[in-house]
Amino acid sequence: MSEAANELSIDQLKEKAKVLRRHIVRMTTEAGSGHPSSSLSAVEVVTALFFGGLMRHDPNNPTWPDRDRFILSKGHAVPVLYAALAEAGYFPVDDLMTLRKLGSPLEGHPNMTRLPGIEASTGSLGQGLSIGIGHALACRLDGRDARVFVMIGDGEMDEGQVWEAFAAAHKYQLGNLTAVIDQNGFQQTGATKDVLDLTPLENKIEAFGWHVQSVDGNDLEVVLEALRTARSITDRPTAIVCRTRKGAGTVLEEQGDVNFHGKPLPPDAAEKALSLLV
Amino acid sequence: MKIGQVSGLKLGKATRDAFGAALVELGEQFPEVVVVDGDVGNSTRTEKFAKKFPDRAFNVGIAESNMVSIAGGLAACGKTPVVASFACFLLCNAYDQIRMSVAFPRLNVKLVGSHAGISIGEDGPSQMGIEDVALACSFPGMTVMVPADAAATAKATEAMLRHQGPTYLRLGRAAVPEIYPNGCDFQIGKAIQLRDGSDATIIANGLMVAVALDAAKLLADQGIQVRVLDMHTVKPIDRDAIAKAARETGAIVVAEEHAPYGGLGSVVATTVTQTVPVPVELVNIGDRYAESGDPDGLLEKYGLSAEAIVRAVQNVRQT
Repeated sequence: MSEAANELSIDQLKEKAKVLRRHIVRMTTEAGSGHPSSSLSAVEVVTALFFGGLMRHDPNNPTWPDRDRFILSKGHAVPVLYAALAEAGYFPVDDLMTLRKLGSPLEGHPNMTRLPGIEASTGSLGQGLSIGIGHALACRLDGRDARVFVMIGDGEMDEGQVWEAFAAAHKYQLGNLTAVIDQNGFQQTGATKDVLDLTPLENKIEAFGWHVQSVDGNDLEVVLEALRTARSITDRPTAIVCRTRKGAGTVLEEQGDVNFHGKPLPPDAAEKALSLLV
Repeated sequence: MKIGQVSGLKLGKATRDAFGAALVELGEQFPEVVVVDGDVGNSTRTEKFAKKFPDRAFNVGIAESNMVSIAGGLAACGKTPVVASFACFLLCNAYDQIRMSVAFPRLNVKLVGSHAGISIGEDGPSQMGIEDVALACSFPGMTVMVPADAAATAKATEAMLRHQGPTYLRLGRAAVPEIYPNGCDFQIGKAIQLRDGSDATIIANGLMVAVALDAAKLLADQGIQVRVLDMHTVKPIDRDAIAKAARETGAIVVAEEHAPYGGLGSVVATTVTQTVPVPVELVNIGDRYAESGDPDGLLEKYGLSAEAIVRAVQNVRQT
């Protein structure tokens, strides 16, 4: 367990969420590319997992076999994961400013061979939940009491492989697997409801035999409670559909149009966004 | 004409049968091995392993994409997943999953494609893996093996489990002649010379090794002595054996049960141009899909007969 993190109060956790948002805006603006809005919607979930005592992990021993896993299937949101890993002590915070630069292990999408704490190389959407099933099966086979969290985007759920994975996790009754769906409502060319409407997600996932919760994914206290509930369920896989806001907590969330996917803020706008956060 | 008949080879087991038997035998010795199956275990012969080690076998249904990514997750946790399906479905259906969940993260996943080539016969072109070797070779860091008979397959299966890193093992459906009745010294990346000669070299793998030996016998009857190499590993290719053959025999014919682009022929031809450039002729099924029919008739019709190799040797020596 990340010892110090367990002691954070709710106010400290909210402050940590702001710190992650600052990192996300700064590093993507510095890189001049990336997906800040897709990262920002996921901040509360990642904060709760890494700093809310809901995930057992050790920055000094990233491959500890008994660790809980966090797999970011929506790999384009990796700035939020880099920010959390740096804040947790996996690597120096200063390294965040090397995002997407030649020679840096902080690549545009997660590369598990280059950076400790990255559990899966993702970026081709749809594969993370299946990879998580592999981790969950291996942990069960080895008698390890480890939980696997997989974050999936709602746009990503267009991929058929995600539904193959829902079915397989049910077959194996993977009570050590939790899918967190970051339902921010947008994908590359528009709103998910216009591109390929899969709502209501809850009923569909439930029909696959999963335990499903539906929560406000940008309310930290609600997210903490939902993750605690997920941890308590061990007889079947659990999903948390997190209704989130793309760009949450920054000026980006007010730009409810298609042009804000995969776009960093220009430096002046980034400064404004950061000042509003504090 | 049955393959191997000209050179007096005895018919043995299918390579998929040898793989299934070897895997279950090695199961105790390699406790980290697990099987991930796309509901074709009775065809790929992983069912024997699944029966003996039920806790270590996962049939995830007809879902190759999910199957391969699950294997990636298992490998990330230290398991040695063996993922077996038909060669065409494994490589073609799950190509992106092999790329992202296996090859790019360099995970220790063992891909096994059965029912490769046109010799599966009656089920027809939709079931024939004729692009799989090219696709497998295209992944950086992937080791690609195409054993010729049951003995070689048993050794290849063990070599695959000992090897650290992603591998692809190509297997056939039909029984094939015994090339190694007295055992096979199978080492990844090391070609095996089955016959020596100085007039040309036939490089083959899989079932085409037996056909190459038939061709060598027919050529010997004409006074042409050819070297025959079993190039069971396509990647990494045995550059030394190819350069030596080019230097010592002056002409090369490559025979494979595969489409013409990206398979053994392409890899050997590239290697020849980079080492000792000599004329090369390629024997393969051509740039086309085959059809349903009996395996021997298909091999004959789609250019994979001993006679086709004999003609290729005659041509390449006149180049």
